Amino acid sequence: MSLGPIKKVTGRAVPILGDDIDTDRIIPARYLKCVTFDGIGEFAFYDERFNPDGSSKGHPMDDPKFKGASIIISGNNFGCGSSREHAPQSIKRAGFNAIVAESFAEIFYGNSLTLGIVCVTLPKKDIEKIVNVVHNSPESVLEIDVEQKTLKLNNDIYNIDIKESARKAFLEGTYDSLGELLQNIELVKEFEKNLPYRFKAWGI
Amino acid sequence: MKKNLFDKVWEIHEVCKLTGGRSQLFIGLHLIHEVTSPQAFSMLREHGLKVLFPERTFATCDHIIPTDDISRPFADPLAEEMMQALEKNTKEFGIKFFSPETGYQGVVHIVGPELGLTQPGITVACGDSHTATHGAFGAIAFGIGTSQVRDVLATQTIAINRLKVRKIDLAGKLGKGVYSKDIILYIIRKLGVNGGLGFAYEFSGEVIDNLSMEARMTICNMAIEGGARVGYINPDETTYNYLKDKPYSPKGEDWNKMLSYWESIKSDKDASYDDIVKFDINQLEPMVTWGINPEQCIGISETIPSDDSPSTKEALEYMKFKPGQKLKGQKIDVVFIGSCTNGRLEDLREAAKYLKGHKVPKHVKAIAVPGSYTIKKQAEQEGLHNIFIEAGFEWRLPGCSMCLAMNPDKLVGDQISVSTSNRNFKGRQGSSTGRTILASPVTAAASAVAGEVADPREIFSIK
Repeated sequence: MSLGPIKKVTGRAVPILGDDIDTDRIIPARYLKCVTFDGIGEFAFYDERFNPDGSSKGHPMDDPKFKGASIIISGNNFGCGSSREHAPQSIKRAGFNAIVAESFAEIFYGNSLTLGIVCVTLPKKDIEKIVNVVHNSPESVLEIDVEQKTLKLNNDIYNIDIKESARKAFLEGTYDSLGELLQNIELVKEFEKNLPYRFKAWGI
Repeated sequence: MKKNLFDKVWEIHEVCKLTGGRSQLFIGLHLIHEVTSPQAFSMLREHGLKVLFPERTFATCDHIIPTDDISRPFADPLAEEMMQALEKNTKEFGIKFFSPETGYQGVVHIVGPELGLTQPGITVACGDSHTATHGAFGAIAFGIGTSQVRDVLATQTIAINRLKVRKIDLAGKLGKGVYSKDIILYIIRKLGVNGGLGFAYEFSGEVIDNLSMEARMTICNMAIEGGARVGYINPDETTYNYLKDKPYSPKGEDWNKMLSYWESIKSDKDASYDDIVKFDINQLEPMVTWGINPEQCIGISETIPSDDSPSTKEALEYMKFKPGQKLKGQKIDVVFIGSCTNGRLEDLREAAKYLKGHKVPKHVKAIAVPGSYTIKKQAEQEGLHNIFIEAGFEWRLPGCSMCLAMNPDKLVGDQISVSTSNRNFKGRQGSSTGRTILASPVTAAASAVAGEVADPREIFSIK
């Protein structure tokens, strides 16, 4: 709950390209059968990475040149579909701290924020440029500066977009909302008393 | 300024503003199920927290439950473990659990409305993206992640940014053999799977006014497939008639009190919106998806697009369809009628009405999965199960089933299914090469009978 602020994320990147990469692709439903998130990282993008017989499909995550990458680069509407937190949990547990994409699905974005995964957006042309650099020199290090709203790659600086509420939450270390919500618990109790409805069962 | 329903309900539930501009929003009704709640309860225990308002959370089991044999322990030990966790957590924290033994178990978004828990002007949250369904009653309903399930359990609130509101005004009259499922697929096709990012969708217009609650739920259910986290419809007489006499709906004096509250939260006549779009659905025909997201859909008489965009190419490669091909006539392997989108009594009645006297060919595996025990009981009283069985369908027990195939109901290899569910994502129905075509229950029934993707108006002579 009480977490340190996240001001910068630095690391190498792996391009996982395409639009509308949905939560079933990020983690197939059969891997949701668990009562903890432990060990879920190894199932990230499972069916995208492996054939039914277990052989590799040559997914960028398994490309040796991107080994150790901690930032994902992707397209439009990343994380669309289910509200399953298993999706960002698996991404985080697979070693990723940030995602740079053209846009994010709403629920995925919120779930990622809570886990401290920095999701930022850039226009398509910038993403294409970055992907190009990363492909040619995968050892390049990206530096995402949450405070300055910039992404630095070699000598280029890109102006990233990030929701202001998310930016503040990262900088103040309040991205896991529970601590902040709990502070107002007395207010919530009072608030509930004045709410116009409650649920009363009749004959159940 | 005149307000829309979203603004009114939001303001009634906003406890305060948080740092950075998010709101602390009170959640009036919290629904939980076995997949996205166990970790949330573990987090509560880790922090030594209690459930603040256990009487505002209700549980059921739907995603992993088998639809054939539910004797315990379940054949799948992982499913059994999740069920046991839910039993333990609800008992320990004093939460009402609609287990199969109670006779009310079912898909969470079906159980809430049919028990009268889902009401106009309330906020609803559930760890499932199809929570938007409850918006059909004029509730504001959010799909949330597991950490937020924890937040709701511990504080009955979530931290969330306010959404913009887009009014989607629908004019025209639905043709015969065309349903609300076809409307929502059409809207997603027009606005895109990400068109609703940052928006709540208000569905309105004469088309909506004439729809039943069941049909309205189908539309709101799939708002999220268009990128809108919230979808809703203003309450009216249809809503109130549905709610009357449901187990948890208000009774006696409370009913009148709540009725005036429900009337008060409706969108004002000249309410302002961030965006308004209009569609005419007079020419709408049954819709079917051809790709790997719900935007990739066509009318049954159309052909698959032949553009060479990367997304079309990727979809056609996965689906093994050709650009310019018709979907009608495409041989199929499986038909699934069910899910939180189309597993309600009206869906089963409508499919059964046309299935009567028809037979599903041997090469098609067809299953009908009622959304809840309440629906199953009623359907059986009406003899619908016999019609399905005589037509060659399997009549199953309630659950999410083949919508996401977390239970034993799965596609095998690259089988093609016509499914009344909500997602045609790669691998969605349990096989990493399985192929899903989304359609209405009557299109699914027609396709089952034909053994191929079919136009229900032709197969069942609907005029």
